[in-house]
Amino acid sequence: MANPFKFFNGFNLTLRHIARPTVTTSYPQAKRAKQPRQHGRHVLNRYEDGMEKCIGCELCAGVCPVNCIYVRGLDNPPDHPVSPGERYGYVYEINYLRCIHCDLCVEACPTQAITESKMFEFSFTNRADAIYTKAELLVDDQGNPQRLPWEDWRSGEAAMTGGWMRATSPAGDASFEGVVQWTADLGEGVRAPEAGQSENRDDVATGSKQIREVFYRHLQPEDVPLDRRGLQGLVRQAKEKIPEGMLERLPRRHRGEK
Amino acid sequence: MNPLLALSDPLFDHGVTGVIILIVLIKIVVGFGALMNAVILMIWFERKAISDMQSRIGPQRWGPFGLLQTMADGLKLMGKEDLIPAEADRFVFKLAPFLVVIPAFITFAIVPIGGTMHIAGHVVQLQMANPPMGILLMLAMSGISVYGVMLAGWSSGSKYPLLSSVRASAQMISYEAALGMTIVIVILVTGSLTTHDIVLSQGGNILHWNLIRLGLVPFAIFLIAITAELNRPPFDVVEAESELVGGFHTEYSSFRFAIFFLAEFMNTITMSAVMVTLFFGGPAGWVPPVAHLKWIFPIVWFLIKTTIFCFCYIWFRAALPRFRYDQLMDLGWKRLIPLSLGWMLVVAGFLISWRWGLLMGSVVIFAWLVLTRAFELGKTRESGPERVLPTIGQRPIPGPVIRKLSDGDS
Repeated sequence: MANPFKFFNGFNLTLRHIARPTVTTSYPQAKRAKQPRQHGRHVLNRYEDGMEKCIGCELCAGVCPVNCIYVRGLDNPPDHPVSPGERYGYVYEINYLRCIHCDLCVEACPTQAITESKMFEFSFTNRADAIYTKAELLVDDQGNPQRLPWEDWRSGEAAMTGGWMRATSPAGDASFEGVVQWTADLGEGVRAPEAGQSENRDDVATGSKQIREVFYRHLQPEDVPLDRRGLQGLVRQAKEKIPEGMLERLPRRHRGEK
Repeated sequence: MNPLLALSDPLFDHGVTGVIILIVLIKIVVGFGALMNAVILMIWFERKAISDMQSRIGPQRWGPFGLLQTMADGLKLMGKEDLIPAEADRFVFKLAPFLVVIPAFITFAIVPIGGTMHIAGHVVQLQMANPPMGILLMLAMSGISVYGVMLAGWSSGSKYPLLSSVRASAQMISYEAALGMTIVIVILVTGSLTTHDIVLSQGGNILHWNLIRLGLVPFAIFLIAITAELNRPPFDVVEAESELVGGFHTEYSSFRFAIFFLAEFMNTITMSAVMVTLFFGGPAGWVPPVAHLKWIFPIVWFLIKTTIFCFCYIWFRAALPRFRYDQLMDLGWKRLIPLSLGWMLVVAGFLISWRWGLLMGSVVIFAWLVLTRAFELGKTRESGPERVLPTIGQRPIPGPVIRKLSDGDS
């Protein structure tokens, strides 16, 4: 016979949920951490010396499945070149009413000139605003994406560009995944690899967090990572929160080191 | 002076004067205001508590902790268009919300929310009214609110509300039987119908509470039956958003919908209060030896107990899935009514002497065995539930079943 007290399991569970933290993020006030490799609106990058990376080759326009990119290249003026190569992107337009954020343009780009930020919170009230020209797409003199009035940028979000490119392998070889193969960017230098399928990544540097780490207290018991389970897990988490200097003062046997 | 009136309320002992009328008016106004405010708080409390149980935030924008959310919702509803469907029976459609909300008010009038006070030399019971028929008024009012729900569904001239009203009338009538039976048990030991006497007889310590004195079973039956009376989850087949799109109030909008909403939560509070009155000694509780504020502690006790039950309803809603209609009828007719009837017989027997009690107990156990056997036999009968209702997961096949029922074995 079935255990009749199992009927009360639901009561127990709902009551225990009161003590748990809420999963809701009050969205317009607070934002949840963006996912690794998220696709947002594009940026056109520059080299560290301020030169534009785009060489006007139109590969991105060619590969775009929805024909939302319009590029026209032009020979670099000899006296003040815009890009290091022979040609540069004279016109660069992306129509965001068409873009599906597939990132094929990022994959096609030979110079990592076009990458995607994680910004998806932008909207416009007329069609003309939906077409981003080079003036809007190009990073500013500090290397940050331009903050347009109809976009919702928060602190730290501007640095999170090119995540998808830095998570996969630009060379196309899976063994190079997460290995730095990209050129340095203006203001940022060589950016850290983004969380990819492999372990070779730096979540702190890229500001991305895996969702099961954010909400691990809402996971089923068997899904909780081993080092977070039970009393020992609680102690371990508490130790993670201790500031660096405090831990040094503890005796060696309490530091959790071998 | 009507002797019957004087019997129940000491306020009218020395005739009715202007002061007494004023006291009664004040009681009515204060009670009305308190109930309305309690409803607003209850709606907020329900939304907050259930969102906590589901790891959500709940209302938070209007006022501190979202306390004014109910007011905002009410204002929004007032501003909406008041629709009456073309097929509706206009008079009944307009009447139905009031048939639900007025009984909810009246039921609260008989609930004692505190002990007694002395105002201007008069003994004042802290309850709006103490009629000699007492708790029967509550049964009568819940009977009228069935009409409200039923007529609302019927007069809408729409399919889902009609289904809902059919369900409502069947459900509320079948659970009213078990409800009445448990009230009879309480009245048997109290010897009086008035709520004031019911509360007084439970005074003293916690062992005198009807909860303990009658055994836990009448309370459990009452709790289940009253939840069904209120159409609250898990017995909300009447409203059943996922099946009937809100049920009887599908076609209602604006102010009339607000009234239904108000009545539902008012009923929740009122029935919690009635439950506290019947089984938990009402305002009974420890009173500290303070000189002048003694009257306030019973009220606090009453509020605490009622709030706990309001929370219980919310807890039910969060924890339990909705009953299927046939499960609902099974529980009501096959379990609760026989159980409450049997328990009533046993209690009545013990009230005479312990010999009668044991005799009644054995009779009830025998009847229970017979009933269990009858249910078993009934299950395997040709027209039993297993033949007519397919088990979950199978598609119902009405053709062959109907042919078999009408033509006999083929």
